[in-house]
Amino acid sequence: MVKPFSSSEIKSFRSDFPFFADPTLVGGRPLAYLDSGATSQRPKTVLDAERFFLEKQNSAVHRGASIATGNATSSFEASREAVAKFVGAEASEIVWTAGATDALNLIAQGIAEANTSLGSSNSLFKLEPGDEILVTEAEHHANLVPWQRLALKTGASLRWIPVNEHGIWSIDDARSYVNKRTKIFAFGHVSNVTGFKAPVRELTDLARSVGAMTVLDACQSVPHVPVNFTNLGVDFAVFSSHKMLGPNGLGVLYGKAELLDELPPARTGGSAITRVTMEQAEFLPPPLRFEAGTQAVSQVIGIGAAVKYLEDIGMQRIASHEEELVAHLVEGVNKNSGLRLLGPQNSSHRVALASVEVNGLHAHDVGQVLDGEGVQVRVGHHCAQPLHRAMGITSSVRASVHLTTTEDEIDRFLDGLRKAQKYFDLES
Amino acid sequence: MNELDQLYQQLILEHSRRPIGKGTLEDRDGELSASHYEMNPSCGDELTLKVSLDPQTMQLTQLVWEGQGCSISMASASILAQLFRDEDGFTVEQARERIAAFREMIQSRGKTEPDEDLLGDAVALQGVSKFIMRIKCAMLGWVALEANLHKLEASIATANDK
Repeated sequence: MVKPFSSSEIKSFRSDFPFFADPTLVGGRPLAYLDSGATSQRPKTVLDAERFFLEKQNSAVHRGASIATGNATSSFEASREAVAKFVGAEASEIVWTAGATDALNLIAQGIAEANTSLGSSNSLFKLEPGDEILVTEAEHHANLVPWQRLALKTGASLRWIPVNEHGIWSIDDARSYVNKRTKIFAFGHVSNVTGFKAPVRELTDLARSVGAMTVLDACQSVPHVPVNFTNLGVDFAVFSSHKMLGPNGLGVLYGKAELLDELPPARTGGSAITRVTMEQAEFLPPPLRFEAGTQAVSQVIGIGAAVKYLEDIGMQRIASHEEELVAHLVEGVNKNSGLRLLGPQNSSHRVALASVEVNGLHAHDVGQVLDGEGVQVRVGHHCAQPLHRAMGITSSVRASVHLTTTEDEIDRFLDGLRKAQKYFDLES
Repeated sequence: MNELDQLYQQLILEHSRRPIGKGTLEDRDGELSASHYEMNPSCGDELTLKVSLDPQTMQLTQLVWEGQGCSISMASASILAQLFRDEDGFTVEQARERIAAFREMIQSRGKTEPDEDLLGDAVALQGVSKFIMRIKCAMLGWVALEANLHKLEASIATANDK
């Protein structure tokens, strides 16, 4: 059993983050930041790495012949190596994108292209009427809308595994939807609303048994728990830099080598090519084939530093710390009879967050009171309207934690909820 | 008064608990009607507002709404309906004046004095102007009314063309 952090360790981590070391004060108290699920704060080493690169090494990568561009290219590729190792992949399986949303679009649009005259007739990505693209009702819009579009473009049917009243689904539910017509199964590793952690390995085994390809939205897992895509057996996966202490504007697409080899590049242009004539172009092998145009170089340098920061602490220990915090959060929520906990009804199968409905009160109004108390959470539908609708609500209040979060911050959130209930004359 | 109390004035809380103007339109001879669904995509609040118009006088005769949302969006729609009742309906022109005055107040960041003659109890929503993330909530019902005015005018124009 890995030990959670001691209070002096948390204190030391917080001093690594300018946002926490010199915090915004609300009513004399430091802001309690419980919104890492939306975007995480960044340690100074990440900010410094970006600044150092921009001040000392900034040059175009994979272009030109100067020593400077060579150095920049080395740093850029070193980040790719670091990220690959962090998620149990080869560097050639890691593609930089503009974000996780962009990465999902790159997969879906690439598959769509494989089904035009650009694709081969025996393409791995063949989709036709009668075929099924499977998602779940719990998905973030980013892992739903691109599949809706792909279904429209190819004539395949979009199906979804429904959630129960708590907003969760199970491997048994998946078994009744995965069949020999299923070609793609896209699902989230950890729900950004319920915190529910899907049994990925069982699901990829299930998909493989019918020859379906899997796409994992790992945005809410990679920053919080150890993740190894090779061991999980996924075909594609995506995650975003800014939720794992890295810079904005950068996402990661992981694809198994043999799939990336076959996937058409949905975005084309300079630097993704080998030979170009006026009539046509030939493309580089992955991952560069998918990186047309100028890349977010300093952000890539930044994510390398973020991975180093996380690895130096250790993902097992981060997971263990967050598990303890989430247990405390869930226990506090369950003690308040005026709250409805969404997702798993206890803290198992749950990662890094908890969302609640405050009975009789709209999430925006709760958020307003919490804001006044200096507690920052996410209120709204968290880009998951169908999931909220399935639970009979339009919005919820989400508290999400990270390695810097303290129990005291969770308590301030729980107190803030009671204050909101009192303010609007409700029972807690 | 602290910021929270400025935002959630008693009147707003009362309207959000017991909203005015929820219901359906009566079907009346010679009147045109329009319905508009408006949604706040950032939080999922939704509202459908319906109005009827006497095309002879350009007087709006009924205004009703249904919706789900935060106390600000619901109270704002309710206060709009109350204002409509208190004035025995608006002409299209009066409705536009009020929408413009309300929008100006809500977007003023608390810097201008709202016109109480035009806005009545809606001036209680002035506090919203300091909370940029809540402006859309307060505007929801008013934007739906504005869209309905467009729809009614478009259907009158089409009828005149025939």
